[in-house]
Amino acid sequence: MQLLLDAISWICLLSGGFFVVAGGIGLLRFPDFFTRLHAASVTDTLGTGLILLGLMLQSGFSQASVKLILILVFLFFSSPTAAHALAKAALHGKLVPFVKR
Amino acid sequence: MRHHLVLRVIAKLLIPLILLFALYVQFHGDFGPGGGFQAGVIFGSAFILYGLIFGANTARRVATPEVVRVLAACGVLLYAGVGVVAILRGGNYLQYRVLAATATGGEHLGIFLIEFGVGLTVAMIMIGLFYCFTGYRPSDHNNGTHPHDA
Repeated sequence: MQLLLDAISWICLLSGGFFVVAGGIGLLRFPDFFTRLHAASVTDTLGTGLILLGLMLQSGFSQASVKLILILVFLFFSSPTAAHALAKAALHGKLVPFVKR
Repeated sequence: MRHHLVLRVIAKLLIPLILLFALYVQFHGDFGPGGGFQAGVIFGSAFILYGLIFGANTARRVATPEVVRVLAACGVLLYAGVGVVAILRGGNYLQYRVLAATATGGEHLGIFLIEFGVGLTVAMIMIGLFYCFTGYRPSDHNNGTHPHDA
């Protein structure tokens, strides 16, 4: 049982780390503001969610798990909102999205 | 008022929790990471978020600049006052152990009070700086004409 939990937790941690690194690469390499924002925000929500889930499996039923759940809830609210605000500000600033010609 | 619906809803949801977290950082500072300065910055950031989304003038109605100025001074007064009370009770300046019946109790009380003073002043100075930056009117400066306009 402990081995199974450990295995699931490490799968979550490693895949979460992969998504965060992929988001970072996308943030650096994508051609314009909106695509970079997409790479950073979408992968961050999934990646940090998976990492926090993996940490929760490691800590079991404890106070640390409750705090991790709270962090997860606030990230799910604040991260997409920040991306939304950035994209809206860019559109209001007349930034034209990159379209392949 | 119909703009920024998502931001308004999320801000209404998060601002009370940010204020609560500031109080947690303030009063849990003895036992965990935190303290007056960090708590003050978090408290001030909740007001700044409110001002950014609902307008700086709405934030000014919540905490008027006069109140902010007076409370910022009150925090410093509380810090210095704890030190003076320690002198009046026969100790050195800010020697907490003379504040209560037992030395440990006095140290707890003294640190609690001065951290509260620090938190109050830092929060109010953060809000006051935000008011200063958002209260700029070109007419205050050079009769409304921007130097690059001509």
